[in-house]
Amino acid sequence: MTGPFDFALRLGDDALIAAQRLGEWTSRAPEMEEDIALANIALDQLGAARLLLTYAGELEGAGRDEDALAYLRDDREFRNCLLVELPNGDFAITMAKLFFLSAYQLPLYTALAGCADERLAAIGAKARKESAYHLDHSSLWVKRLGDGTEESHRRMQAAVDEVWPYTHELFTADPAAPVDPATLRADFDATVSAVLSEATLIRPAHGWTPGGGRDGVHTEHLSYLLAEMQVLHRAHPGAQW
Amino acid sequence: MYGNDFSPPEDGPGGGLLGEVEAAEAALREAAARARRGGPTPDEDLEAYFADVIDADQKIEPRDWMPEAYRKTLIRQIAQHAHSEIIGMQPEGNWISRAPSLKRKAILLAKVQDEAGHGLYLYAAAETLGVSRDELVELLLNGRQKYSSIFNYPTLTWADVGAIGWLVDGAAIVNQVPLCRCSYGPYARAMIRVCKEESFHQRQGYEILYTLSHGTPAQKAMAQDAIDRWWYPSLAMFGPPDAESPHSAQSMAWKIKRFSNDELRQRFVDMCVQQAEVLGLTLPDPDLRWNDERQSYDYTQPDYDELMQVIKGNGPCNRQRMEHRRRAHDEGAWVREAAAAYAAKRAEKKEKVAA
Repeated sequence: MTGPFDFALRLGDDALIAAQRLGEWTSRAPEMEEDIALANIALDQLGAARLLLTYAGELEGAGRDEDALAYLRDDREFRNCLLVELPNGDFAITMAKLFFLSAYQLPLYTALAGCADERLAAIGAKARKESAYHLDHSSLWVKRLGDGTEESHRRMQAAVDEVWPYTHELFTADPAAPVDPATLRADFDATVSAVLSEATLIRPAHGWTPGGGRDGVHTEHLSYLLAEMQVLHRAHPGAQW
Repeated sequence: MYGNDFSPPEDGPGGGLLGEVEAAEAALREAAARARRGGPTPDEDLEAYFADVIDADQKIEPRDWMPEAYRKTLIRQIAQHAHSEIIGMQPEGNWISRAPSLKRKAILLAKVQDEAGHGLYLYAAAETLGVSRDELVELLLNGRQKYSSIFNYPTLTWADVGAIGWLVDGAAIVNQVPLCRCSYGPYARAMIRVCKEESFHQRQGYEILYTLSHGTPAQKAMAQDAIDRWWYPSLAMFGPPDAESPHSAQSMAWKIKRFSNDELRQRFVDMCVQQAEVLGLTLPDPDLRWNDERQSYDYTQPDYDELMQVIKGNGPCNRQRMEHRRRAHDEGAWVREAAAAYAAKRAEKKEKVAA
């Protein structure tokens, strides 16, 4: 089912939508250092998205470049996981999302770096270094908030509870993909368990497992996100920027 | 990923000024290498020693004695500069989510990130004068310290991002390049670093406008409209005319300031006229013309009553910018408290292990 095009598109969409959400934090972070960090991570995600979408466009061979793929598809054509499109919420929600995303992206890009497709391997090799930094940064915040004050502990646990169900979609088996997401689960679980336990947080039980992002069936949030992201590009068809 | 793939015209925006930054950096190194007198002798008048250092174009460093008024002026100026970087993230940050291409989005994100970095760097420079960043932020939030008037104007279209880069960053550079030779060492060093990055930002803004002015008629109109709205607020960035600038004389004597507001404004106008021609766009001043005698352009002064209104808090976005900053600060309080509590717990554990 899954050709390299679909695979590159999914990963590119994950990174693009994550970047868009992180970019919303600009000038709103709890401290100036964090403003820089969040913009930095957004920029990394956007960089990976551009490489992946450019490659996806080439694989498709229909003349679509990164901008055509980012700006001229509707939400039903986007293939990102639901996790990245969820609203930023408070800082704890944002950190929970970033923590789960980077705990998934690090083993994913690491595996990709060793795959047979040279372009994907090169992208994986570059992106995994950035993911390691994202994971480090978000882990530290999960620990600070989890093991900080009573208030921050309450918020961090609530964030983990709210976001956790959306992690299951990341590991839907796809043996035909260049990297089968199902093989990443153990690595992800080990990372998450260690950090949550150090943060004095409880990992929620498995239960509700929302999904559909990979098939273009999204939450109600994505369409608004795209409306904002695409508005100017769509208002000037064919223009150069 | 966000490199500059555009060649500006010969000696494009920032070109000559960047040379001045490098010259200032060299001068700074020479001043450091010149043997200092090794501090005042025990019975020497400190004021006379301070004056000597300034006269000799040496740098005043944090450990040195300095007149209280010199210290206060610098704190005010550097803090206002730092606040401007932080508030200045808002008007441009307003377009990150809607940037029209992924490349432009990346460039804009990187730029706004740089601004936060400049803010931190400048707060650190201010802290060498014996004030804490938290105190300065508090002064900003309660309105007792100002930030640049320019950031109280709204960014209404994508072209405004280009106009801010070209005109606002351009004016900032013209203003800041002489500060690379300012008598206070930490500020001079901060300015050298900031000017280099700002000059890059200015080029990117110019590139946005160039692309728009050579694009579709709608894009060109968007670029012209942005310049029409940002031209006079940018001219006003240099402050009131010399005759009405109360701190100028003392700042110039102390070599904090090197040129008057009007001199710098003229330099900026002369620089922009040619660049606007290359863009194929017009500056919104019907009386702008070359004056052969002065070897400079005559131009219409900005509306200084409007400037005073904006400084007083009555510009289009003053309330919005402050509200945004206060909300970010307030909503982040629990996060900062958590970080402090976590750090305290860690330190306690370390102590226990050591004991």
